[in-house]
Amino acid sequence: MDYQKKPLPAKLGKIGFALLGIGLLSMIASFAVNSHRAFFDYLWMYMFLVSIGVGSLALVALEYLVGATWSTPFRRVSEFLASIIPLLVVLTIPLLLFGMHDLYHWTHPEALATDPILQAKEPYLNISFFTIRIAIYLLIWVGFFYLFIRNSQKQDITRDPALTKQSIKFSAAFAILFVVTIAFASMDWMMSLEYHWYSTMFGVYYFAGTLLSAFAAATFCSVKLNENGYLDKKLGNNNYYSFGTLMFGFNIFWAYIAFSQYMLIWYADIPEETFWVMMRMKGSWSYFSIGLVFIHFVLPFLILLPRSSKVNPKLLSVMSIWILVAHAYDLYWIIMPTYFTEGFAFGWSELGALMFAAGLIITVFKYRADRTNLIPVGDPKLEQGLNFHLN
Amino acid sequence: MIKKLLDKVKEFDTKDDTEPRSKKLYGLAALYNTPNEIIEAAAVVAGKGYEKFDVYTPYPLHGMDDAMGLGKPKIGFLSFTFGLIGTCSALLMIGWMMGIDYPNIIGGKPFFALPSSIPITFELTVLLTGIATVLGLLILFSKMPKLNSPLNDTEFMNNVSSDKYGIVIRTNDDKFTEDTVKNLYLSTGAYDVQEIFYRESNLTTKTPIFEKKFIGAIIGTAVITAVVSYFTINYVLYDIQPFDWMWMQARINSQSKSDFFPNKSGMCPPVNGTVAKGFLPYDYKGMPDSSVKLLANPLAVSKSVLERGQDRFNIYCSPCHGYFGEGDGRMKGLFPKPPTLHSVKVTSWTDGNIYHVITNGQNVMPSYAEQVSRDDRWAIIHYIRALQKSKNAKEEELPK
Ligand code: HEC
Repeated sequence: MDYQKKPLPAKLGKIGFALLGIGLLSMIASFAVNSHRAFFDYLWMYMFLVSIGVGSLALVALEYLVGATWSTPFRRVSEFLASIIPLLVVLTIPLLLFGMHDLYHWTHPEALATDPILQAKEPYLNISFFTIRIAIYLLIWVGFFYLFIRNSQKQDITRDPALTKQSIKFSAAFAILFVVTIAFASMDWMMSLEYHWYSTMFGVYYFAGTLLSAFAAATFCSVKLNENGYLDKKLGNNNYYSFGTLMFGFNIFWAYIAFSQYMLIWYADIPEETFWVMMRMKGSWSYFSIGLVFIHFVLPFLILLPRSSKVNPKLLSVMSIWILVAHAYDLYWIIMPTYFTEGFAFGWSELGALMFAAGLIITVFKYRADRTNLIPVGDPKLEQGLNFHLN
Repeated sequence: MIKKLLDKVKEFDTKDDTEPRSKKLYGLAALYNTPNEIIEAAAVVAGKGYEKFDVYTPYPLHGMDDAMGLGKPKIGFLSFTFGLIGTCSALLMIGWMMGIDYPNIIGGKPFFALPSSIPITFELTVLLTGIATVLGLLILFSKMPKLNSPLNDTEFMNNVSSDKYGIVIRTNDDKFTEDTVKNLYLSTGAYDVQEIFYRESNLTTKTPIFEKKFIGAIIGTAVITAVVSYFTINYVLYDIQPFDWMWMQARINSQSKSDFFPNKSGMCPPVNGTVAKGFLPYDYKGMPDSSVKLLANPLAVSKSVLERGQDRFNIYCSPCHGYFGEGDGRMKGLFPKPPTLHSVKVTSWTDGNIYHVITNGQNVMPSYAEQVSRDDRWAIIHYIRALQKSKNAKEEELPK
């Protein structure tokens, strides 16, 4: 295949940098003003980056594992997005070093001394074991990130199909580890904010969110890149359709899990489970919760339902941004009620965190894209992917 | 028998079509080797302006609807409409049943609650969507049931249902002439062109649905299904049976209503003061034990009485009181531990006192009047006395 690399516009890098800079400044200011709130914003932003980064790596693995060809030309996009993962290590440090006391009530000795429930959970919920677990997750994510990226890069030069075979083996291992680590990470980072509460579906809930947002991010970047001629002329509706369908499908999956979790709590009506929902029904949070149903599920469902919207690049790029916003909304709904107990609030410090996340994603994407082919030119499945026909 | 049936099915399945074909041409069929060829051929045929043609492939081919120029499929609207109908009817149904017609308190929830209705709503939505899509495809788009297409049981059909790709242009197309179509096929790379003739029956019977045999079979199946399900459902839901069995004869069950007696009760309580056979009323029921000391043991001590007493004691009393009346029975924590029967209190009691406890119960110990007959109670008391003696006998009481 004759691929001529076309560099991404320099403007993109500037926008990314500007967002990153403003976000960083506003976050620093926010720490100075109210470190308690700032750490909740920080956690929110962090979990969003985990969703995109680790979710994208899972998509890369998924493609190897199931032998998908339609997505091979777009695999680089997910690889670029997954490049957030090494930065997660850096981003974790402030949380572990300074944020634990502000975020997690279970780290307070006086809570431990008086609370028998917490005492029972103490063997699992204590700072040192928590840190070890987080380190293990990061180790697994970063390790597999390097394995996948190394193989993929090498293949651009050597064109050796054996590398794909090896990556398939990595994928099989990562598929399992991904599910386990992402579920436990969500419980550690987010469920333990309310350490009395537990839901056995929480891991799956966040898992659905990560994959959904990774699909949305991949859709947005792929469609935008391809529409502006950075990828290949042969790519088009046949490939977009799959993006649209998967985004649609995973959105339904998220709704299914979210509803199942809610319905079980509603049905059993046990105080130690319902209080978590009641926190999200208090004051203005109730509007926020109803908003989640419509913004995250009902509207995207109806908009993405017709087949025509799954092959409409404009609509797809709008909807993928929508889904990303909805995922941030969802994470906000999970994390913030612990801080804003009386009703939700959105100020400059939340906006700053969001801008930081967006800036970071764009900067990392641009950085990687400048150094790599936008298409995995050495992949044996690439030709099939370019000629992929659906309809 | 099942094997025979299967063989029959197999034989029927593989039997060649024996019905004679007429001389009238149904259409021209062409066979291709690869999916790409057939997609191109379909595009050419559609491009030439043919309308009455169809493509037959062993599996669905992506891109075929574009090539055939079918336009956007409309089945989605049907699915969506029926999906909506499913959603609405489920909500209405649950709302009516749970909220209005038969409100029931379940777990303190509102009569009609959305969360618990969602799973059923979801199921009904999916069910109606699925049924509408499948039936819509078959009936509206594939014009079923049309079971005797002239293409059935032809070599062409055999090929396209295993590994070849075929196209048929029918003679009723305005543009159809045998030569042009044949040339068109060959120019698009067909490896074989076949003529398909109508069956005799295709020409005589227009719509097979109206054939007597078919209608008869439908009606027969409907009647059998209706009768069988009528009886089964009635039996399952309402216990109504098609036949009366002997145990179902008319009678009045206990606790049920009857018009025979003036008080409409099917059961008659005994006349006041009735005494059952072999039963003596116990006059001291519920009274403190101080009032019953007068009762004397009517049984004389004998070996058989003591053995009877031991037997009954081991069965009825030992679980709590232990085999030797020391209050160390096998209930072990399942029931409050009784005090020992060798206490000064019980040893100094009269027999009437113990009899009262057995008959009347005492605090947590229930009455044993129902289980242990009157004479047996007295026998037990003799045995308890013997136990007491065995533990507390004095030197001079021992036989020399
Ligand atoms: C289900 C266990 C249970 C069984 C069986 C049982 N008893 Fe008792 N019995 C008790 C308990 C408990 C007490 C103590 C009641 C009280 O708190 O006054 C008791 C008390 C007595 C007493 C009075 C003791 C006293 O010091 O007040 C006598 C006598 C006695 N039982 C005889 C019998 C005899 C005879 C039988 C067999 C027919 C029998 N019990 C079967 C549980 C049992």
